[in-house]
Amino acid sequence: MKLTLHIWRQKNRSDEGRFVTYELADVDDHMSLLEMLDLLNERLIGKGEEPVAFEHDCREGICGSCGLVINGIAHGKEKGTTVCQLHMRHFADGDVVYIEPFRARAFPVIKDLVVDRSAFDRIVQAGGFVSARTGSAPDGNAVPVAKPVADLAMDAAECIGCGACVAACPNGAAMLFLAAKISHLGLLPQGQPERSARARAMVSRMEYEGFGSCTNYRECEAVCPKRISVNFIARLNRDFMKASLFNETIPAGKAAGGA
Amino acid sequence: MHWIAAFYRSTVGKKVVMAATGILLFGFVVVHMLGNLQIYQGPEKLNHYAALLRSAPALVWGARIVLGFSVLVHILAAVQLTLRNWGSRPVKYQVRAYQEADYAARTMVWSGPIIAVFVGYHLLHLTLGTAHPDFDPEDVYRNVVIGFQAVPVALTYVVANLLLGFHLYHGLWSLFQTLGLNHPAYNTARRVFAAVFAAVIAAGNVSIPVAVLTGLVK
Ligand code: FES
Repeated sequence: MKLTLHIWRQKNRSDEGRFVTYELADVDDHMSLLEMLDLLNERLIGKGEEPVAFEHDCREGICGSCGLVINGIAHGKEKGTTVCQLHMRHFADGDVVYIEPFRARAFPVIKDLVVDRSAFDRIVQAGGFVSARTGSAPDGNAVPVAKPVADLAMDAAECIGCGACVAACPNGAAMLFLAAKISHLGLLPQGQPERSARARAMVSRMEYEGFGSCTNYRECEAVCPKRISVNFIARLNRDFMKASLFNETIPAGKAAGGA
Repeated sequence: MHWIAAFYRSTVGKKVVMAATGILLFGFVVVHMLGNLQIYQGPEKLNHYAALLRSAPALVWGARIVLGFSVLVHILAAVQLTLRNWGSRPVKYQVRAYQEADYAARTMVWSGPIIAVFVGYHLLHLTLGTAHPDFDPEDVYRNVVIGFQAVPVALTYVVANLLLGFHLYHGLWSLFQTLGLNHPAYNTARRVFAAVFAAVIAAGNVSIPVAVLTGLVK
């Protein structure tokens, strides 16, 4: 098939950026969207032009590196799919495709379609961990976890940190990401000691990084390649409220471990 | 009080405050509508209700202070959060295809201020009477009928109350989420609750100017 691509090109962080239009012929149904971009890049390189920069790694939907906004939808219109798993058979000959980077103040564009998502790393550093003593691995069944709890924790732990939730949110909020991390750890026994401090620290860091606030649009849930539920955001709110209003062990106004 | 300031400073805290004040304002809107619907029982009934309220100034002023404070805090938090949200994406998308965000959710930021302006007008029109052509503080029924016989005024009320319906539809669902009240057992009920109450309030309030315009109430 033949496609008309409008792709965001931006030389570096300080460049203003603009759309450039490419006509791409011989796109195969079996290609993923990233393979389609590979094809475009081969042709650009052949012509001595600068290839389109985009981020990717596993190309099997598990690493969270890839992330593009395709015709106004983060990761494209197929539900529960990363852009590396989005196949060209979902497009038709002659389609016009707009490809943009994830846009948010907290995700500055580095080049073309590559954005800097290190704000997520700093949020995790603020509280998205459990402190455990090092040493040999503990016995698998030493800490019993009920099956429904383990399942729910796993649903949250599916988050691959791609940032589509931020990209899709009209407010540029990172709440679904935070909710997934906070719920995944907060549901398990190992996550309990730091549960209150974690909610405070991660929310505080999120705000510091310049993400917006949640107004319950549920756009995040709709584009999440792992279909993380907004129900986890309610859980995050619950943890945050408990930590802020009812927890006597954290000094008021201080978010332990955070910015 | 440091803890509450710290809580309010966070975006999650502001949302909780908006949800809490939203509940108070919702409660008022319900009572207000029920009071107003007495217009269908005739002038005596409605005017008697108004006199009853006037005879309990402590109650009325208590409510006014709480509600006024709630409105101010609700607006303050909304403005602060909205400014933050507007700043969170300096370069906009060229193409935007919403997946879930419905009309009500996307227009909260407009329905809110429009309702606020309308409430100001409504107070001048039917509470203070300064924006009313022929106001009689003792005769609420007559004030309403005369007020709504002006078509533009009646239409303003209709539009504002439809917007209130949209605002409530998103707000009433959203507040559960914000307050962390989420459970598979009642998640569907939250949607139903929001839709039913938004529709009932909008319909109840809209019915009054419509009833006057069509001559049902005169
Ligand atoms: S490249 Fe790893 S998830 Fe797409």
